Amino acid sequence: MRSLLAIVNVLGALLFLFAAYYLLPVITALVYGETDELWVFLQCAAATAVAGAALLLVTRRHRAELKPRDGYLLVSLSWIAVTAAAAVPFLLGVPRLSFTDAFFESMSGLSTTGSTVMTGLDSLPHAVNMWRCALHWLGGMGIIVLAVAVLPLLGVGGMQMYRAEAPGPVKDAKLTPRITETAKALWLSYAGMTAVCILALWGAGMPGFDAICHGFSVMSLGGFSTHDASVGWFNSPLIEFVMILFMLLASINFSTHFMALRKGEFSAYRRDPEARWVFVWLGASVVAVTLALWLPGIYPDLLGTIRHSAFNVVALATTSGFMTEDYAQWPIFAPMWMLFLSCVIPNTGSTGGGIKMFRALIMIKQAFREMFVLVHPAAVAPLKIAGQAVPNRVIYSVLAFVFVYFMTVLLLTFTLLASGMDFISAFTATIASVNNAGPGLGTVGPASNYGVLTDFQTWVCALAMLLGRIEIFTFLILFTPSFWRK
Amino acid sequence: MKVLILGAGQVGRTAAQNLAREPANEVTVVDSNEEVLRDLQSRVDVRTVAGNASFPSVLVAAGIADTDLLVALTSSDEVNMIACEIANALYRTPTKIARIRAGEYTSHDRLFTPGMLAVDVWINPEQLVTEYIERLIRNPGALQVVDFADGRARLVGMLARRGGLLVGQQLRTLKDHMPNADARIAAIYRNGRFVPPDGETVVEEDDEIFFVAARDHIQRMMNEITRAEGKVRKVIIAGGGHIGFRLAQLLEKDFQVKLIERNPDRARRVSERLENTIVLGGDAQDEELLIEENVDDTDVFAAVTNSEEANVLSAMLAKRLGARKTLAIINRPSYGELMDNRSIDIAVSPPTVTIGSLLARVRRGDVVRVHSLRRGSAEALETVVHGTQDRSRVIGRSIGDISMPNGASIIALVRGEKVVMAHHDTLIETEDHVIVFLADRRQVEAVQKLFHSG
Repeated sequence: MRSLLAIVNVLGALLFLFAAYYLLPVITALVYGETDELWVFLQCAAATAVAGAALLLVTRRHRAELKPRDGYLLVSLSWIAVTAAAAVPFLLGVPRLSFTDAFFESMSGLSTTGSTVMTGLDSLPHAVNMWRCALHWLGGMGIIVLAVAVLPLLGVGGMQMYRAEAPGPVKDAKLTPRITETAKALWLSYAGMTAVCILALWGAGMPGFDAICHGFSVMSLGGFSTHDASVGWFNSPLIEFVMILFMLLASINFSTHFMALRKGEFSAYRRDPEARWVFVWLGASVVAVTLALWLPGIYPDLLGTIRHSAFNVVALATTSGFMTEDYAQWPIFAPMWMLFLSCVIPNTGSTGGGIKMFRALIMIKQAFREMFVLVHPAAVAPLKIAGQAVPNRVIYSVLAFVFVYFMTVLLLTFTLLASGMDFISAFTATIASVNNAGPGLGTVGPASNYGVLTDFQTWVCALAMLLGRIEIFTFLILFTPSFWRK
Repeated sequence: MKVLILGAGQVGRTAAQNLAREPANEVTVVDSNEEVLRDLQSRVDVRTVAGNASFPSVLVAAGIADTDLLVALTSSDEVNMIACEIANALYRTPTKIARIRAGEYTSHDRLFTPGMLAVDVWINPEQLVTEYIERLIRNPGALQVVDFADGRARLVGMLARRGGLLVGQQLRTLKDHMPNADARIAAIYRNGRFVPPDGETVVEEDDEIFFVAARDHIQRMMNEITRAEGKVRKVIIAGGGHIGFRLAQLLEKDFQVKLIERNPDRARRVSERLENTIVLGGDAQDEELLIEENVDDTDVFAAVTNSEEANVLSAMLAKRLGARKTLAIINRPSYGELMDNRSIDIAVSPPTVTIGSLLARVRRGDVVRVHSLRRGSAEALETVVHGTQDRSRVIGRSIGDISMPNGASIIALVRGEKVVMAHHDTLIETEDHVIVFLADRRQVEAVQKLFHSG
C-alpha cells in the first residue's frame, strides 16, 4: 500500500507536467481565433493541473524511491491516466462524440496507432487536429522517457520505468552514464529530427499547419492526418517521398540516431544490427507489391504503380498507417503482406510497434541454430547478432514475448469475432491495433474507419493498442499473483 | 654478454639453454619456484636467483646493475612490463625484452616507442607459434616455413617425395624447370646427415631439403620436391586456447575450420568471438566425436592444446581415422624423435619457434632474424652488412670469393625490396641483408666475425 501511494505521487507529478502540454492546442486556438476550443483546452489544462497537484499534495508524505517492480504498475497506470485526461478535450470539443470514442481517439493518438473514429477531419477545428497529432508525438518517444528527462524526482527508479516502457528486448544500453541524460539525449534527437521533418514537408509544398501536424505524426510513426483522405489529399509525389524518407528514419533506433548525430558519422548506422534489414525487407517488399499490382494491371502506368506501392508499403510496414490509395481493393496478398511487415519492421528503440526487427532476427537465427545443432550435435553455437552473442536468457524472453504476442492477437481476434465482426475485419483490426499501425481491412479498411465499431469493439481495440505500445508484458505482469505478493 | 632471464617456464628454460650454450654469454635466471631453479641449474650452466621477478631487491641480487640484456618471460604480462620499467628506471639496462601476450597491449604500437613503456622489443610466443602453424597449413607439404626480410623471402624445409620434378635429378636441372623463378636449395639432409648441395648433387627420395625463395615462388618450388598435394580446404583444430583460437581466426576466412574445445566455458567464449568456425564442445580424443565430424575428410588436423600428451594422442587417433595430415604441438624434443613413424606429420616445438627472436638480440653485428632449424642443430640467420669496402671482409666481394666457415653458406640477399638468390658471382653491397644457412650452429661465432666489420 505504501508503495502504491508513492506511485500515485509520481502519477500526480506526471499529470501536472502533462497539463503543460495543452499549450500546443491553446496556442493553435489563439492563432486561428478558435475561441470555443481555446476555452475547452484551457479548462482541460487547468483541470489536469489541479488533479495532478491534488494527487501530489495528498501523497506528499509517501514520496519514496520506487522499487523496480513499481515501474510496471506506474507505466500502465500513467498511460491509462494520461490517455483518459487527453480524451476530455475530444469529449468537449467535438460534437456528438461518446466517451468511448473520445478515449479510443486519445489512445490511438498516444499509442501512435493512428486509427480514427472521426469523420470530417478537414472541417475539425485546428486546435483539435493539433491535439491529435501532438498526442502522437508525445506517445512516440514515450511519456515516461520524457518524465525521466525532465523530472529529477524519479531518481534511480527512472531506469526501471524507462525499461518498462521502452520498446524492444535489449534495454540496458544507456547512452550516457545517467539515465536522465540518456532520456534527454533521446528526446533531443527526436525533437531535432521532427523539426527537420516539418521543414522538409513545408518545403515540399504542405501548408504550414499541415506540415507541423504531419511532422508530428510521421516522426512518431502515428498516422493521424488532418484530412479524411489522409496523404492522398495532397496528391504530391514529392510530399510522399519526403514522408517515406522520414518514416524510414523513424523506424530506426533513436539511440543510433543520437550516436550518429553526436559524432557526425554514418558508421553508427552500419554498426546497427537492425537498420540494414529495414531497407532489405522493405526494398524486397516494394518490388513484390509493385509486381502484384502491375501484373493484374491495377494502375495504368508503371511509375504510378511504384509510387503507390512504395508509399503504402512503407507507411503500413513502419506502423504509421498513412495512405494514399484504398489498398483494400488491391489483391489480398498486398495488404496482408503489408500488415505482416508491420509486425517486424520497426526497430528496437524506434517509435514503431509490433514484435520489432530485433526479435524477428533472433527468432530467425534461433531457427537456423536449431537446424545447425541437429547436424553438429556437439557444436557450441551462440546466437550472434552483428557479431555480438545474444545470451540465452534474452532468447527465451523473446520466444516468450512472441508467444504472448500471438496469443494476444488470437484472443482479441476471437473476442471481436464473438462480438459479431467478420473474420477479416476482426483479424486485421487486432493486428493493426496491437502493432500500433492504424487501418486494417474490411469494415475498418483504409476507405472507412473505426467509427463503425460498437462500443465494446472499440474498447477491445483500445486495449489492443495499449498492450502493443507498452509491449504486453508490462501490462500483463500486473495480473500475475507473484507481482502483488510481498 | 650478461643476460638476465625472468621466469623459468617453458620458454625461459629454452632461452637459458640456448643462450648459455654460447660461451660469450653469462646467464642468470630468476623465478619464484626454487625447485624449478634447482633443476635448471643442475642441467644448464646458469646462475639462478629465487624471488619475485619484479621486485627491485630481487633484480639487484640477480645483477641487474651490469646486465646488458633483460628478458622478462614470466607468465604475467604486467610483471614483465614492470620489471622492464624498473630496470630502466634504476639501472638504464640497455636492452629490455618482454613477453606480452595480451593483444590489448601489443595492438597499441605507440606504447612501445621510445619515451613510453621501457620495453624495447615485445615477443608473444603464442602468436609466433600460431603464425608458424598458419604458414605450414597454407603451404601444404612443408615441414617448416620461416620468414626473412618481413616475409619477402622464405626458407622452407620439406621432404623429397616421388613425383617431385627434381627427385632423381641433379640440382643443376632446376633452372631448366623454373627458368624465371628465384629459388635456391640451401641444404640437403640425407639420413639425418648434412650433404653440401652443389650442381652435381642428385636429389633422392626422403631427403630433407631446405630451399629459399621469394614468397610468390614457394608453391612452384615445392612442386619440384614433392608431388603437388591437393588443396587444403578442411581444417580441424583440437584445442581452443590462445593458439587454437588465434589459429581459427587466421584461417576461418579461407578454410572450413572446426575447433574442438573441452572446457564448456572456454568453448562458449571462443565461439562468441569466431565468425565462420564451427566450435565443438568435447574431447579431441573422443573417437565418436571425430567420426561424427568427418575427420576422414579432413585435410589438416592440428592438435594445439596445452597438453602435449593429448596432442600426440589426438593427432595419432585422427591419422588412424583418416585425416590427411596431422600436426601437433610438442614441447619435449624427445617426443619429437618418436614422431618419425608418420602418424604425426609435423611436430611443432614452441620453444624452438620462439627462441630465434631472442637469439637475434644477443648476436654481435646487426642480426635481424635468427631461426632455429632441425630442433636447434642448424640455424638460419639474416644479418645486415654495414661499412665500407676497405674495412669489411665481405662488401664488394663476390660470394664465391668469400671463404665461409665449414657448413655455412650464403643462400640469398635481400636488397631493398628485391630478393636476390646467391650465385658465386653475386657481389655483396653495403646495407644488403644476407641470409646465411648454418648446418652446424657451432659455427655461429665464426660467421659473426666474418660479417661484423671492425
